[in-house]
Amino acid sequence: MMRLFRLLILLSALQPAVAQWGGELRFCLRSEPRSLHPDKVDDDASELVRYLTGGVLVRVNRLTQQAEPSLAVAWKVLDGGRAIRFQLREGVRFSDGTPFTAADVVFTLETLVDPAIHSPEAEPFRDVHALAEAPCTVMVRFPGTLAGGVRLFDQVAILSRRSPLKEAATLGPFHVSEHKPGAYIRLERNPYYWRMHAGRRLPYLDAVRLDIQQNRDAELLRFRRGEIHLISRLGPDQFDELARDRTGDVKDAGITLENEFLWFNMSPAAPLPAYEKAWFNARDFRLAISHAIHRDDLCRVVYHGHAAASAGPFPSTNLFWFNRNLQPHAADAVLARRLLTGAGFRFQGDKLLDHQGHAVEFSVVTSAGNQSRERMAALIEQDLAAIGIRLRIVTLDFPSLIERVSKTSAYESCLLGLNNVDLDPDGQMNLWLSSSTHHAWNPMQKSPATPWEAEIDQLMREQASAPTPAQRKTLFDRVQQIVADQAPILYLVNPSALVAFSSRLRNVQPSVMNPRLVWNIDELYLAGATAK
Amino acid sequence: MNTTRVARWLLLSIMALMLGAGWWAPCPYDRQFRDQIAAPPSQTHLLGTDSVGRDRFSRLLYGGRISLFLVPAAATLSVGIALAIALGAALAGGWRESAATALIDLFLSMPWLFLLLAVRALLPLNAAPWLSVGTTFALLGLLGWPGPARVLLAAAHVQLDTAYVLRARASGCGPLRLAIIHIAPNLAPVAWAQFWTTAPAYLLAEVNLALLGLGIAEPLPSWGSLLRELQSLSSISHQPWILVPLGVLIVTLGCSQVAWKTGDYPT
Repeated sequence: MMRLFRLLILLSALQPAVAQWGGELRFCLRSEPRSLHPDKVDDDASELVRYLTGGVLVRVNRLTQQAEPSLAVAWKVLDGGRAIRFQLREGVRFSDGTPFTAADVVFTLETLVDPAIHSPEAEPFRDVHALAEAPCTVMVRFPGTLAGGVRLFDQVAILSRRSPLKEAATLGPFHVSEHKPGAYIRLERNPYYWRMHAGRRLPYLDAVRLDIQQNRDAELLRFRRGEIHLISRLGPDQFDELARDRTGDVKDAGITLENEFLWFNMSPAAPLPAYEKAWFNARDFRLAISHAIHRDDLCRVVYHGHAAASAGPFPSTNLFWFNRNLQPHAADAVLARRLLTGAGFRFQGDKLLDHQGHAVEFSVVTSAGNQSRERMAALIEQDLAAIGIRLRIVTLDFPSLIERVSKTSAYESCLLGLNNVDLDPDGQMNLWLSSSTHHAWNPMQKSPATPWEAEIDQLMREQASAPTPAQRKTLFDRVQQIVADQAPILYLVNPSALVAFSSRLRNVQPSVMNPRLVWNIDELYLAGATAK
Repeated sequence: MNTTRVARWLLLSIMALMLGAGWWAPCPYDRQFRDQIAAPPSQTHLLGTDSVGRDRFSRLLYGGRISLFLVPAAATLSVGIALAIALGAALAGGWRESAATALIDLFLSMPWLFLLLAVRALLPLNAAPWLSVGTTFALLGLLGWPGPARVLLAAAHVQLDTAYVLRARASGCGPLRLAIIHIAPNLAPVAWAQFWTTAPAYLLAEVNLALLGLGIAEPLPSWGSLLRELQSLSSISHQPWILVPLGVLIVTLGCSQVAWKTGDYPT
C-alpha cells in the first residue's frame, strides 16, 4: 500500500504542471514611456510596452537569438538579400477585431518612414518598396543588401490600415486599456491574439499592470511585500540581498549584451592642451591604461562577481558575432609601465611625467547617481595611481555629460555604458564610422584621422553589404581585432542580467536580452490565478 | 562637571579627532582593501569597510575635517549676510526696506540650480578638489541668506519698537552704532537659531550638489557622502554600523547646542 502511495506521489510530481488562465501580472517601469506609438519608441519603457502589445512579422527568440515566425509564417530572401517575400498568417485579427492583411504591412512600412513620425527605427527602411502581392503575401524590396536581414522586423510592430483605433489596435498578446500618466499603464489581453494553446487563445494572463516607479528601493520593497511579481533589472547589492533573504526566485541569467567602457577624447577640436591630446592619441598610452585596470576587481568588487571582463564590443553571449580570438586586456602594471616608458613617458618618484615634464593627470566624467559606475571610477582611480597617474573623478548629471561628450567636446575621458539592443553589428554603425556623430572618441571626421580608422570604415561598409553571414562575420572579427589592438575604447566589463520573480510566476525563462523576464509573455502564467 | 562643560569637552574632542585625522586614522581615506568589501567592524577596521573596501572609520575622521569646518563657515556666511541686510533694511526703512524685501523675495524665487550648472561649466573638470569644495561651500553661503534675512528683518522690527532703542535714539545714537552695539546683540538668539537650521541643510545640500559635479568628488570623503549610504533601508538592516556617522553628526550638533545655552550665544 505504501509503495503504491509513493508511486502515485512520484507520478504526480513527474506530470507537467497545468498552466492556469487568468490573473494580473504586475511589475514596475523605471520611467514613464515617452510614447505609446509603436513607431516613436526611443526609450526602454516605450519599447517594453511595444513588445507586449505589438505584433511583428518575425520575432527574435531571446534564448536562441534566432528569428522565428510570428505574423509571417514563412519568408524567402531573394535577389541576394535585396528583397524578402513574407507569407503571412491567415485569419489573424487586431485587438479590435479588424482583419490583418498584407495591406497593413505595406501601410506600416510607409508610416515608419513618414518624416512626420520621426521614427528611430526608420533608417534601414528608407527607400524600401513594399507590395501586397496577395492578401497574405508581401514583397519588400530594399535599395541594397539588407545586412540585418529579417531580424530588423522584430522591431516593427504592425499597424492597422483600417482600424478606427489606429495604432491602439494591436496584434500582440495585449493592448493598452488604461494609462494614468505618472502612475501606471494597464494592458488587457488581446481577445483575438493569434497564438493558441489547448484550443484557447493565449496569453494565459488576463492583464499586465505596469506601475511607474523610479525608485529602485521602493520597487524592491514592493517585491518583498508581494505587490509586484518581478524585477527584471537588479543591482548586485539588491540581488545579494534577495538571495540572502530567499524572497522569491532570484537568478543570474548570464552576461548581458551591455558594455561598460572608457574612452579618451581624441578630437583635434577638443579644448584641451596639446600635450594632453598627444597622450590620448598615443596608442601605447591607451593600451597602458587598459593594462593598468584590474577588470577582475571591477567584476568582483563592483558587481559582486555578476559580470565578466570585457574584450570587445560584443560579449560571448552574442553567440554569432563575438570574436572568440579576443581576450580582455590583462591587468599588468609592469607591462603598463613598459608601454609608457616606450612611449616617451618617465617616472619621477611615484609620479608619471610626459617627455615635456607634465605630470600625467586627467579627469574622467561619468553619470552621477549610477552607483556601479561611481564605484568603478573609484577602483580605476586607484589602479592608475599605481602607475603614477592621477585621475580625477567628475560625476555629472546625464544631460550635462552628453552635452560635453557630444557637443562641446570639453572632457578628457569618459566612463559610460552601452546597452546593445541589436545583436547585429549594423546596429553599431554609428559608433564605428569615423564620419558619424556617435564616433565616441573623435566624431564627425571629414576623412578618417588614422589608417586604422579608415580600415574600420571600410570593413564596416563591406560587412554591411557582404552576401553571407559568414563573410560578414570575418569582416567584423577584423574590426573587433583592430579595436582591441588600438584601444580607442577600453572595454571594461559586461554585467550580468540579474532578475527576481515571484515563485507564483511560471514558465519564466530569463534571457540576457530585453525584455529579460517577459520576452515570452504569452506563455507566462500565475499559479493560483483564476480566469475572469 | 555640568552638562555644558561635558558638551564642550565632547565637542572639542570630536574636533580634535577630525583635525588630527592624519594621525589617528588607521589608514588613508582612499586606500582600498579589495579583499574586504563591505566588511563588518573588526579590530583592523573599527567601523568596517565600504563598498569598495575603504576603511569607514578613517573616512569618517577625514570627512569630518571638511564637513565640520566648511559647513559652519558657509552657514556663518549666510547668516552674516542676512543679519547685515536685515539690520540695514530695518534701520533705513521706507523705500530702501521695500527694495530689500523685494530683493529677498527675488532671491528666494530664483532657480539657483542654473547658476550652479553655469559654475560647474566654468570650472575646469580637472580642477583641484579644494577648488571644487571651496566653490561649493562659498556658493552655498552666498546663496543661502534670503531665508534667514526674512526672519531677521521681522525680528529687527520688533527691536526697533522697544524702549531701549527709543532711548538710544533720543540720546543721539547714530544708526551704525545703534545696529552694532544695541540691536545686533539682541538679534543673536534668532541668528543663532537660523545658523542651526541652515547648517544641516548645507551638509545634505553638499551631497545633492555632487550630482551636478560640484562639491566633494570621489574619493574625498565628507559626512554628506557617508550619510548618502543611509538612503537604502535594507543596507541599514544588514549593516547597522553605517549609522555611526549619523550618530556622530547628531552628537556633534547636540553638543554644539548644549555648549552654548540660552543667553550664552557667541556674539
